[in-house]
Amino acid sequence: MRTFAPILIVTALLATVPAITSSNVVLNFLVVALLIALVGQGWNLLGGYGGQYSFGHAAFFGTGAYATAILQVHYGINAWLGLFIGIAAGALVGAVIGALSFRSGLKGSYFALVTLAFAEVLRIIASVAPITGAGVGTLIKLDLRPEAFQFQSRAPFYWIILVLVGLSLVLIRMIEDSRFGAYLVALRENEDAAQALGVNTTMVKLLAMTISAAITAAGGCFYAQYFLFIDAGIAYGPWISVEALLAPIIGGIGTVFGPLLGALVVKTLGELTKLMTGDAPGLDLVIYGSVLILVIAFAPRGITGILLDLRHRLVSLRRAAPASMGGGHG
Amino acid sequence: MVEPLLRVEQVSKRFGGLLALDRASLLAPAGRITALIGPNGAGKTTLFSIIAGFAPPSEGRIVYDGADVTGEPPHRLARRGIARTFQIVQPFTTLTVRENIAVGAHLSRPARADALAAAGDVARTVGLGELLDRPAATLTVAGRKRLELARALAIEPRLLLLDEVLAGLNPSEIRDMMPIIHTIRDRGITIVMIEHVMQAVMSLAEHVFVLSEGRIIAEGPPQAIAGDPRVVEAYLGHGAASRMLAEGTGHA
Repeated sequence: MRTFAPILIVTALLATVPAITSSNVVLNFLVVALLIALVGQGWNLLGGYGGQYSFGHAAFFGTGAYATAILQVHYGINAWLGLFIGIAAGALVGAVIGALSFRSGLKGSYFALVTLAFAEVLRIIASVAPITGAGVGTLIKLDLRPEAFQFQSRAPFYWIILVLVGLSLVLIRMIEDSRFGAYLVALRENEDAAQALGVNTTMVKLLAMTISAAITAAGGCFYAQYFLFIDAGIAYGPWISVEALLAPIIGGIGTVFGPLLGALVVKTLGELTKLMTGDAPGLDLVIYGSVLILVIAFAPRGITGILLDLRHRLVSLRRAAPASMGGGHG
Repeated sequence: MVEPLLRVEQVSKRFGGLLALDRASLLAPAGRITALIGPNGAGKTTLFSIIAGFAPPSEGRIVYDGADVTGEPPHRLARRGIARTFQIVQPFTTLTVRENIAVGAHLSRPARADALAAAGDVARTVGLGELLDRPAATLTVAGRKRLELARALAIEPRLLLLDEVLAGLNPSEIRDMMPIIHTIRDRGITIVMIEHVMQAVMSLAEHVFVLSEGRIIAEGPPQAIAGDPRVVEAYLGHGAASRMLAEGTGHA
């Protein structure tokens, strides 16, 4: 149980925010940050733990978003049920793309390019298919009842996304401590050695991609309910693929809290630059890019890595201090 | 004679125009240590890769424990009980020694705690007990060789393929490693080892196969092999055996 304590504490602390402030600006900011944390956690399982860098997590995000939206608008299916169907649909898309790429042995940049291509294909299909509303997009009818997964105020949305993030943290922590997690990290480190030890690397990658896609799709479902509008560029656009990998890389790749930490930092940075530059188009992307380059160049393990190094240094300093005092006497 | 645990039958491997293995056959009797020696580039590691399922043979077949396993993928062969080490060590560098070994131990132990405990036991057999919580990246060459061995042992194999586990070690490290290999054999694990350290081949192996330019050119007990003119020529060049013989008589 002790290993879950940090998750419990962080989630509990975040849960008190709506009690402290009812500012829509603050809550909206946090909802979006937590959404990115959730989407990024999906990417983190496959990319951070499994070393399979996807550039196309939009494929899963968009599938979740469209599944929830289309089921409501065209088939009158309840949005809560839509959430689960959306997650399942995202997982299915993940399994299919994973099966196609891993069975043909795609690795590294080839895998990244293929996932990017799949997301782009889905984006183009969604921008012309009648069922997605083509270029117009899909608008979910306003129906402010909790049963319809819509709320008057932002606080319930905030708690729901927080619960989803909390669940994803617990899931990733459990995977870390499982055989599946050990196999996933082993194949990231060395695929041949993992195979020699009896790891069916194709199956492990496929499972990781399916779970990863499901987590990211949950983010897509939530997005649709929160903003009540999606189009091809939002649902399947490269922006969300970039957010999905940026948060974990900046926060700390292959760590439980990396995506959450990264999402908060990236979103704060984004808001600050918007304040300073007054919405100059594209400037936030320039800042993102620069931060990403700096992190990869100087802190490949992200913020978590920096924090761990600091703690390590503090501990060794504290150990060294009494020794050096003793030395002074001698 | 009892059925050997491993039978390599007439295996050939072609890489484009290069014939890396030419109808090579080899037997590994259960519970014994068999050595595979030969000059650099003879095809020893290629043969190991084929036995362990990392590459399919162009021709021939691999029979393990009475079953034809030719072309099975490595992870399935591992489940059948075939473990291999890599000549160029392949540690999971960001993991600790214990976590590295646990990956192997997981094969028969789904629970994390069981695998970690078993990893501790295996580490002690190969003399890594003190280094369990060290990151694998910080190990010395000798440590990495031991880790390679420990991981393979952790899957509880019946057949262990050792690809130059002594290469790169100094004489005292080799002396430390040899009893470990003996212990493994005494536990009933069949070993096939590729080895260049002749002192080890002589004292460990019961039977030796010599591979040269893709062909098995000689086999027999180590002492007989060491004096075999074909083997001497394979290592030292054509005519070397007769020259040595001539020099030998000349000195006498």
